[in-house]
Amino acid sequence: MMLIRCPHCGPRDATEFTYGGDANVRRPADPAALNDAQWAAYVYMRDNPRGEHSELWQHSFGCRRWITVRRNTYTHDIKSTGLPE
Amino acid sequence: MKYSIFSLARNALTYHEQWPRAWRSPEPRSEYDVIIIGGGGHGLAAAYYLAKNHGVANVAVIEKGWLGGGNTGRNTTIVRSNYYLEPNAHFYEHSLKLWEGLSADLNFNVMYSPRGVVNLAHSYADLDAYARRGNAMRLNGIDAELLTRDEVAAMVPLLDCSPTARYPITGGLLQRRGGVARHDAVAWGYARGADARGVDIIQQCEVTGLQRDGNRISAVQTTRGTIRAKKIGLAVAGHSGHVAAMAGFRLPIETHVLQALVSEPLKPVLDTVITSGAVHFYISQSDKGELVMGGDIDGYNSYGQRSNLPAIEHSVQSMIALFPSFSRLRMMRTWGGVMDMSMDGSPIIGKSPLDNLYLDCGWCYGGFKATPASGWCFAHTIANDAPHELNAAFTLDRYALGRTIDEKGGGPYPWVH
Repeated sequence: MMLIRCPHCGPRDATEFTYGGDANVRRPADPAALNDAQWAAYVYMRDNPRGEHSELWQHSFGCRRWITVRRNTYTHDIKSTGLPE
Repeated sequence: MKYSIFSLARNALTYHEQWPRAWRSPEPRSEYDVIIIGGGGHGLAAAYYLAKNHGVANVAVIEKGWLGGGNTGRNTTIVRSNYYLEPNAHFYEHSLKLWEGLSADLNFNVMYSPRGVVNLAHSYADLDAYARRGNAMRLNGIDAELLTRDEVAAMVPLLDCSPTARYPITGGLLQRRGGVARHDAVAWGYARGADARGVDIIQQCEVTGLQRDGNRISAVQTTRGTIRAKKIGLAVAGHSGHVAAMAGFRLPIETHVLQALVSEPLKPVLDTVITSGAVHFYISQSDKGELVMGGDIDGYNSYGQRSNLPAIEHSVQSMIALFPSFSRLRMMRTWGGVMDMSMDGSPIIGKSPLDNLYLDCGWCYGGFKATPASGWCFAHTIANDAPHELNAAFTLDRYALGRTIDEKGGGPYPWVH
């Protein structure tokens, strides 16, 4: 069980949130300039660390806004939450 | 020693106190032709088939814990080959055929029980989709039967097939050759068979680093010393991303936790495997009488091999909705295992970006049934430095080439597969 502190709503049960994946994945500024391998790296490849991970969550059953969460994928401890850039 | 009625009788005379160990526990040598990292079903099967099919016996399987202590010992033992897409259909059907002869091949009872796997349809759209899948399976030579609601009700009397059910049942897709097998026995049987052919099985030996030499891995650093190897196979599903990072590359994989639970034992009530895609739930009864059940992954990156309440609550709610008479059962154990969730829901068996490192990963939550074919194809790939035609489609570069094998059509979101 996880308690995620939504920057807008305060601490809420993780079941109120929807997972949005790795927050460090950035859409390339100029997709047309990439080759297939570079595009595949953006779409498919992930760091998948065992340890601290920055990720996106949407507070679906709350304020419905997207937030960023810095969380340990092994212990599930949440270090910090914030607003996406 | 060959296990038989005679060895059983002979050992009965000594009160079963003189059975030899099923495999040795050797010290690691300084070099091997092949090191398989990961002593689960897949790694042990790969070692077994390397020795048996390809004559490569100078092999070590290294395991950080104990044999089958990862996902091999945590799955819910279901075996089936009811896939729609061609590469999956042929690969998993080969696996099911190996399951059918596995106990005899290994001289070890893996308790394969073809009790049937039923996918429940809850709407007419579901039924159409199952008719399509069943037809595809039959065209690929795999058994499939489309069941009406009445046939499902007759086959599974405790299932709530009434029109007022929370999840009304419109029929189902049955694969009779599907069923269950004993998960531990698969690891032990392959370990015993590989050991008898000269493979070293080294437990309590965690990989701490991979020694890179140009575009090769020259040695594996472990908690029991550095071991050199000509070829290295990675069969550590759940932790593939973690070990790939040691080798310096990334994979199209996220690690997620999947949970399961068992009830207290009861008399035989359910003689088939019931799954529901719409409800995200499946259940079967073990030989000990426990109901074994589970649902979806938790849906966020996790290496935590443990359970938590929301997923258990979902499984139990689903069970009670489908089988109202199970409502007063007590649950006995819950647990979690960590899955390699690949970006298209299909595995990767083949070459890595490095010359002598081979990958067997991305099993999502379908790894157990694949164990024999996975080991079989992985051994072929390592021995020949090229895939067998059964795993030729499951390459790492399929993502960049646009040849993903996406059974569900879910797209690059690992937590939906």
